[in-house]
Amino acid sequence: MSNGLMQLLDPEAIVLGSDASTNEEIIRILAGRLEALGYVKGSYADAVVRRESTIPTGLPLERADNVAVPHTDPEHVLKPGIALGTLKHPVTFANMEDPDEMLPVGFVFLLAINDKDKQIEALQSVVATIQDPQALDGLRSARTLDDVRAVLG
Amino acid sequence: MARQKTILFACGTGIATSTAVNVAVTEEMKKRGLTFNAQQAKATEVPGLADSVDFIVATTPISASVTKPVIKGLAFLTGIGKDKVLDEIEAQLRK
Repeated sequence: MSNGLMQLLDPEAIVLGSDASTNEEIIRILAGRLEALGYVKGSYADAVVRRESTIPTGLPLERADNVAVPHTDPEHVLKPGIALGTLKHPVTFANMEDPDEMLPVGFVFLLAINDKDKQIEALQSVVATIQDPQALDGLRSARTLDDVRAVLG
Repeated sequence: MARQKTILFACGTGIATSTAVNVAVTEEMKKRGLTFNAQQAKATEVPGLADSVDFIVATTPISASVTKPVIKGLAFLTGIGKDKVLDEIEAQLRK
């Protein structure tokens, strides 16, 4: 399948099979990549972690490994980008719609967004991937960038 | 023809998931022959904006002080239960 997400993901911002054991740890790993690559300011990681604790981003997909889409306000973003992390063992994120519910999350799409009107396609590609169980299964077993490319085209 | 209704799409930042939901709802309602005015806002801004819209579609919890109908929009991100939510939105637009 090909949904265009690969064109929007910076290969340097893809972390496969991370050992991270908390949502903060995987957010900081991915945010560090986006910062090193010039997508976000130094303030971004703290801002995302803070926001995740009050307005969480876990999405319940009725799977053992759900998805989270952490992000924050545009003032911390320099240019739009997306980082992807897959987790060796799911970490806990709270449910976006019901923050009292904890979800095991195996896939994290960290979004750097600063202009909603220009990043619609990027958001749609992420949503299409989230809604595609086969793509998520493929990402879970992906160990190389080529594996990811084969899944996301 | 009835007055065009206004939907307020809300999420944590007002630019990320509410954008994805706005686009999905706009496309699906077009298929059902329905158009509407769309606004987007942060969930925290909804109480101040609710009076000027017909109803709200939100991916995050909205303050209980809001008296306008609030429809849960997470289905447009997860894909689960989307048809039921689309029917709810259609019913609100046809009111």
